[in-house]
Amino acid sequence: MTELDSGFTLARQLLLAGDARLWNIVLLSLRVSLTATVLACLIGMPLGALLAVGRFPGRRVLVVLFNAMMGLPPVVVGLLVYLLLSRAGPLGAFGLLFTPTAMILAQMVLITPIVAALTRQVIADAWQEMHELLHSLGASRLRAAATLLWDTRFSLSTAALAGFGRAIAEVGAVMIVGGNIDGVTRVMTTTIALETSKGDLPLALTLGLILIVLVLAINGVIFAVRGWSERRWG
Amino acid sequence: MSTWLQLERLRFAPGERRILDDVSLALAAGRTVILGPNGAGKSTLLRLIHGLLRPHGGWLSWRRPLSQAMVFQKPVLLRTTALGNVIYGLKLKQPDAAKCRRRAEAALDRAGLLHLAAHPARLLSGGEQQRVALARAWALEPELLILDEPTASLDPASTREVERIIKDIADSGARILMTTHNLGQARRLAEEIVFIDDGQMIERTAVADFFKAPQSAAAKHFLKEEIP
Amino acid sequence: MMTKASSLTQTWRRLLGACCLALCAVGAWPAQADERFITVASTTSTEQSGLFAHLLPVFEQASGIKVRVVALGTGQALDLARRGDADVVFVHDKAAEEKFVAEGFGVQRFEVMYNDFVLIGPRNDPAQVAGHDILEGLRRIASADISPRPPFVSRGDRSGTHMAELRYWKAAGVDLDQAKGAWYRDTGSGMGPALNTAAAMNAYILADRGTWLNFRNRGDLRILVEGDTRLFNQYGVMLVNPAKHPHVKKDDGQKFIDWLLSPVGQQTITAYKINGEQLFFPNARR
Repeated sequence: MTELDSGFTLARQLLLAGDARLWNIVLLSLRVSLTATVLACLIGMPLGALLAVGRFPGRRVLVVLFNAMMGLPPVVVGLLVYLLLSRAGPLGAFGLLFTPTAMILAQMVLITPIVAALTRQVIADAWQEMHELLHSLGASRLRAAATLLWDTRFSLSTAALAGFGRAIAEVGAVMIVGGNIDGVTRVMTTTIALETSKGDLPLALTLGLILIVLVLAINGVIFAVRGWSERRWG
Repeated sequence: MSTWLQLERLRFAPGERRILDDVSLALAAGRTVILGPNGAGKSTLLRLIHGLLRPHGGWLSWRRPLSQAMVFQKPVLLRTTALGNVIYGLKLKQPDAAKCRRRAEAALDRAGLLHLAAHPARLLSGGEQQRVALARAWALEPELLILDEPTASLDPASTREVERIIKDIADSGARILMTTHNLGQARRLAEEIVFIDDGQMIERTAVADFFKAPQSAAAKHFLKEEIP
Repeated sequence: MMTKASSLTQTWRRLLGACCLALCAVGAWPAQADERFITVASTTSTEQSGLFAHLLPVFEQASGIKVRVVALGTGQALDLARRGDADVVFVHDKAAEEKFVAEGFGVQRFEVMYNDFVLIGPRNDPAQVAGHDILEGLRRIASADISPRPPFVSRGDRSGTHMAELRYWKAAGVDLDQAKGAWYRDTGSGMGPALNTAAAMNAYILADRGTWLNFRNRGDLRILVEGDTRLFNQYGVMLVNPAKHPHVKKDDGQKFIDWLLSPVGQQTITAYKINGEQLFFPNARR
């Protein structure tokens, strides 16, 4: 446990010293994963709501598919996005490989199924409670989906958090499409992998601790806001 | 009043279960209360009439289509203000936001809730929530208001207030079709009683006659068992 | 009061919308969009030994060109370049590099520097390999008749180091396919992770000296075989062929190559030391 102790000490020193490189890495991690989460929510939440409320052929297949895709290995997603963005790939002309945009894209692909599947669950429960009322008021299914998305906004924060948690913690996808380039695409997880490679376990551990604290803090804030909102709106 | 809805051999039997069996019935009164023991099929009947369920057999024949609204036993409210809930119902039919708001405020006022318009709807008391649901229905100015045991979980004071609103809605010209387990309420609100039991239509009787001398043995038994 | 109620929902929505927009804007905003840079596919040994951290700032200062290094195994780095995802390749596997150029993916191969491999193993050296003959050392590991059999950790990732290891086994007359047993651990990982594995298992491993010197988690391992000329490890640099991949930044890429081969570049390589020990030896023929 001496490694853990020294990890905590080192974490404090690095953060307090305002180590610019460390802060850049932390900020890039946040920027990439938060953006990926927002995009995944913009796509996954309406999709999940339509899967819950809609009646169309292939809906069940899609539900199973999205549930299964929650377990997609990041490396596979990374590889797919790499092949897509590579100069030899279909989107190669944009030159996006080894940029934060590529990392955002990969994480978005990775977590959209998670957000969609969790949203579907939340909306399905709300739909159970409200479908008679919404039918009675003459809301179309599309309208009903939108209404339920808004009405379950506090519960849906959990779906967003789950996606964010997976995004910021994954290393396989961003390593492949970002390339772990110093100062450009190096995020917390790829730095941890690199420092582990170099055998600098205390530094790797320190970064791990910072990552955990960060994720905890964000979870804490969201849960506090959610609790406050639920007390406010019932 | 002449018949406004005729039910012909209406059957609802999902899977193995048989909930309504060949119910034929003419609805003519301005205020009709459907009575019957638990599981008789009252709620299902309301939902078939409102169009939330499709019958497995038989048909409904409307004299002319009526605009409808429905209030449920448990008020289902959105996580917004009381006013927001009433506006939501209107907005689906009325694109003019200013008009929606005026009508919604008027409906809340008639339900005695204008002072709670800005209050989060889900945090209101049970009685207030049901009144918001009634205001939401009322704002739609329906020609037929369907209520499924609207006071089942309310205290006497709230029940009185809800009954008052139902009466007012009826007085404003809407037909009322409702179920209840509160016989006093049936007496107070109904012009006509429809009694169903075990998925079968048993009798349709003017309210005074029903409570004095029901035609069927089943209804007699029902009245004896229920607390007035 | 009612105005307030409804505008509260409105505010909520606007707030949420604004957050989304802001985040998207931040995310889409590329890091230093107009930065002048080249992408170099290189090996973990150059990155993890700290050479690039020493070398690149000097070049960037002199040229104004940023160098973005993607560090992989030599095989992967060459594949990356084949797909056109790098401007320059800087690796260490002569045979593979010459094939790369012959296929037309590289313009020309230049030798830049060499370092050397070292055979690392447990301090007490149970297979008794210590000395200056890499082939004899490997033979002893392969034929060690002791229990428990001391393990050997292989990169197994088609990297330059892995390819070199395979060449040494062959030269030592050890037929790996036959001799392979539980003692031969094929880890399929980079130099660092393989060293971590070796440290944990107290195993023998072939490593490049640079990574070893920069490696912190050594456990009970030490260098056992070094100085054999066969252990020299040549690094080559190539511009990815613009004829195959027109988007390759040939001018800036060539500038980097020219600088590496120039006296200044070569001196900068010489100057990189860990604990006073020089890691890479420039040998560009110009």
